[in-house]
Amino acid sequence: MRLTGPQKILWAAAGFAALAYGALMVFSDRAPVSVAQAAFRPTFTLPDAEGRLRTLSDFAGKHLLMFFGFTNCPDVCPTTLAEVAQVMDDLGEEAANVQPLFISIDPERDRRLGLAAFTAAFHPTILGLAGDAEQTRAAAESFKINFEREEDAAAPDGYMMSHSPALYLIGPDGDWLRQFTYGTPAADILADLQSRL
Amino acid sequence: MLSTLLTLTAPAAFACEIFTVGDLSVEHAWSRATIGADRPGVFYVEVTNAGTTDDALIGIATPAAGMPMLHETVVTNGIASMPHAMSIPVPAGQSVKLAPGGYHGMLTGLTTALNEGDSFPVTLTFEKAGEVTVNVEVLSLRAEGPDCEHAGQ
Repeated sequence: MRLTGPQKILWAAAGFAALAYGALMVFSDRAPVSVAQAAFRPTFTLPDAEGRLRTLSDFAGKHLLMFFGFTNCPDVCPTTLAEVAQVMDDLGEEAANVQPLFISIDPERDRRLGLAAFTAAFHPTILGLAGDAEQTRAAAESFKINFEREEDAAAPDGYMMSHSPALYLIGPDGDWLRQFTYGTPAADILADLQSRL
Repeated sequence: MLSTLLTLTAPAAFACEIFTVGDLSVEHAWSRATIGADRPGVFYVEVTNAGTTDDALIGIATPAAGMPMLHETVVTNGIASMPHAMSIPVPAGQSVKLAPGGYHGMLTGLTTALNEGDSFPVTLTFEKAGEVTVNVEVLSLRAEGPDCEHAGQ
């Protein structure tokens, strides 16, 4: 049997499609991962201490150092904010290109206790954001972080918060770049930032 | 200049002071300045057991806070939580540190704000060695610990 011209084209197209599909299957275990990482742009819409709504686009062009915590936290949060403060001091003039953000996961109480006074005590550049429960949950989900209220009769107001203690670095175009696990020395964070600025 | 020197050197002597009870020596007792008295303070210290018997820190008390308790920061699957530590082991021949990111005292119900340069007493209760009262130095909000390399000798 002889194939007509159009038939040859159709068979060639089918063959190409099969090859392409095979290639897709072969590479599919890798491809979605890199695509997902490249496309991972967390979002948030949260009010600052003055009630102005802030979003990621407000900080376009800057690297963001983001931490989710609560101001009643005696150990992890002050330790991390102290490191952020040290990094900001050590960056010198380049600090203008970095915005540290503290997102409260205990927003109601933190607003009552004073969020701005807390962040400013560590470094004047740290901006504190505290939304309502829904805004806070949405921001956390966007950053793929977890937090939880734990009842604790001995704690202030009868509860503590457990939370992801890492610092997150967001690039100037809003891409999630990396996290610094809790306890990363300020010098290491500084060196990483300086290599990017 | 003189006042700067005083604030830099005088407090360092507090945290570098060594207190002993039985075979235990207790040093580097420090806390972090707080913003007001509404948020809990923290208590860090280092205990060395020079003896041959295991001991354990089982409680802290201080006039600076209504409810001082021992806690441990634990990071599990990327989540930090702060369970109570009923007892902190001080094994024979070893040192244990209450330090940022690990064991610490949580000072809930501060009677007053803790300001840099202040000091306050904390009484530690050990299972076997009994009680010892130490002076706790309040360092800056940004401190990572006392610098005792050239002090307290």
